[in-house]
Amino acid sequence: MQKIQINDDGFYGAFGGAYIPEMLYKNVDDLKNQYLKIIESDSFQKEYHQLLKDYVGRPSPLYYSKNLSQKYNAKIYLKREDLNHTGAHKINNTIGQILIAQRMGKTRIIAETGAGQHGVATATVCALMGLECIVYMGEVDIERQAPNVARMKMLGAEVRAATSGSKTLKDATNEAIRDWINNPNDTFYIIGSVVGPHPYPDMVAKLQAVISEEIKKQLLEKENRGHPDYIIACVGGGSNAAGAFYHYLNEKSTQLIIVEAAGMGIHTGESAATSVLGSQGIIHGSKTLLMQDEDGQIIEPYSISAGLDYPGIGPLHAHLIDSERAHVFSVTDKEALQAGLELSRLEGIIPALETSHALAVLDKMKFTSKEIVVINLSGRGDKDLATYMKHCL
Amino acid sequence: MNRLIKTLEQKPSNLLNLFFTAGFPYLTDTITILKTLQNSEVDIVEIGMPYSDPLADGTTIQESSTIALKNGMKLQLLFEQLNSIKEDNNIPIILMGYYNQLLQYGLDRFLDDCKNAGVDGLIIPDLPLSEYEAVLKDKLEARDIAISFLITPNTSTERVDLIKRASTGFVYVVADNSITGKSKDISDEQIQYFKRTKKLMDTKPHLIGFGIKDNTSFRQACDYANGAIIGSAFIKALKEMKDLEQEIPKWVKSIKTNEVIPNS
Repeated sequence: MQKIQINDDGFYGAFGGAYIPEMLYKNVDDLKNQYLKIIESDSFQKEYHQLLKDYVGRPSPLYYSKNLSQKYNAKIYLKREDLNHTGAHKINNTIGQILIAQRMGKTRIIAETGAGQHGVATATVCALMGLECIVYMGEVDIERQAPNVARMKMLGAEVRAATSGSKTLKDATNEAIRDWINNPNDTFYIIGSVVGPHPYPDMVAKLQAVISEEIKKQLLEKENRGHPDYIIACVGGGSNAAGAFYHYLNEKSTQLIIVEAAGMGIHTGESAATSVLGSQGIIHGSKTLLMQDEDGQIIEPYSISAGLDYPGIGPLHAHLIDSERAHVFSVTDKEALQAGLELSRLEGIIPALETSHALAVLDKMKFTSKEIVVINLSGRGDKDLATYMKHCL
Repeated sequence: MNRLIKTLEQKPSNLLNLFFTAGFPYLTDTITILKTLQNSEVDIVEIGMPYSDPLADGTTIQESSTIALKNGMKLQLLFEQLNSIKEDNNIPIILMGYYNQLLQYGLDRFLDDCKNAGVDGLIIPDLPLSEYEAVLKDKLEARDIAISFLITPNTSTERVDLIKRASTGFVYVVADNSITGKSKDISDEQIQYFKRTKKLMDTKPHLIGFGIKDNTSFRQACDYANGAIIGSAFIKALKEMKDLEQEIPKWVKSIKTNEVIPNS
């Protein structure tokens, strides 16, 4: 197996790159030339880790889930990203990116958001650093994720509705990119996932890599071995999965499990199962797998979960799938809701709907009792209570 | 000979490049508009291939694309439309679209269909120079199809030079650090940028686009370039027109001359 890493042009195998209009070239090029230097600098590392520890509350626990383990006959651990400040893994990335933005002299922050978790995480760090914050969010998502919209406003961010296309994450991303084109000098675009033009996928993966860095240490303490047999994570764009996989990408004995949203069912026309329904193409500046028609028009995805409702996946994941390094499962709305309810009842943890998709895979896999399974519990479910209530209770 | 190159050689000033979206306002209007523009003062037509996620376009053009797609515009249909009017069309045609459209249609198939339909040039804003050199350059040259790349006020001098050399058609000078469809007047800062660019371009044909909307801005742009590209303003006008054949010539005239055209 070839080592999995990004090349100088920002490609993982055939996927990645920067397919951007000239209007974005300088911004993206400046970032490309500076991100590694900044991330690797002592000052960044010190401030980033200090904030992760004292502000975010890291390391997040690696919790041995006795009840799930019993039910599914494996040693199941939950990486508790839901316990982070703001309730999801998203803040690992926004803390990192805002420190990069500051070091590049940017004063205005924009972001896109689907479920609202990244929007909240961005609004939070902007409040912390005293920077102006504008979050683009699909009109449909504004409606179905009302609590997060309120949180962003409370934090002082301006939430702008994306009203084009499907009015969800894809369109919010388009609007954010447009904003960046219109404001190329003072603005930093904090992308919330491992998507977009190079260097975003690599930069976001590096900032989320703290998840797998911790899993390694924690597992070594608990099981006397650093690598699990399986890591399971849901993938919309794929940032929590990228973080959970990062330090295991070239660790062949760990199987990487990507879980995508099948919506109403893969072939119902209401789905976001990109690995099955997608083909190679370009979305948001990156060559990757995406759902599209024969003319390259991007097909609007569907999932009950706003965070997985994205027609593409990050180029790293496209490469992991293409090279068969990762295995993909698709989980329907119904299966996810059921898994969310199950975790709530078995462990007293209400997961985000996105995360529930990852949990639903347990029922689709066969384990042996000694196998170690880590599920990245990417977020908490408070924002989804209305949906759970409607469908489960 | 490539009609676009010929036009650029024969007419070094005051070129009007008009942009419209294929299949907008109605599906067959691509043909109506193209026919209406024959024998007008339009020197180049740029036809937008409507795309679902047009990152480099402003809201006016995006909306026209959404409508065109709803109307049922497809690339194959666009080529059929262009073929149907090929014999009657004397204006150089440029297709503007996004790289993913070409990739999914198939690069060779797309370029062959362009060639057959009498397309003279392409503008693909999200096509990286490196990918162009590696994948498309030879294919375009073999078919005598020109390509134009964009520069913006933020494009470095070194990069302007690269883009100038890579562009076999004209260089597309993006007038402003912002996206199409904004209506404001041309600023002193922009004039400085136009002057700077004119010097860098030397004899290389270049057209100014984005924000050109009327006779005043058209003439201003023509002072510093070989001509100008009008997109959003024309799309907005098309949307209001009740009779394209009657009203388009008047509108074109209003751009080219500063006579006030009475509302009929």
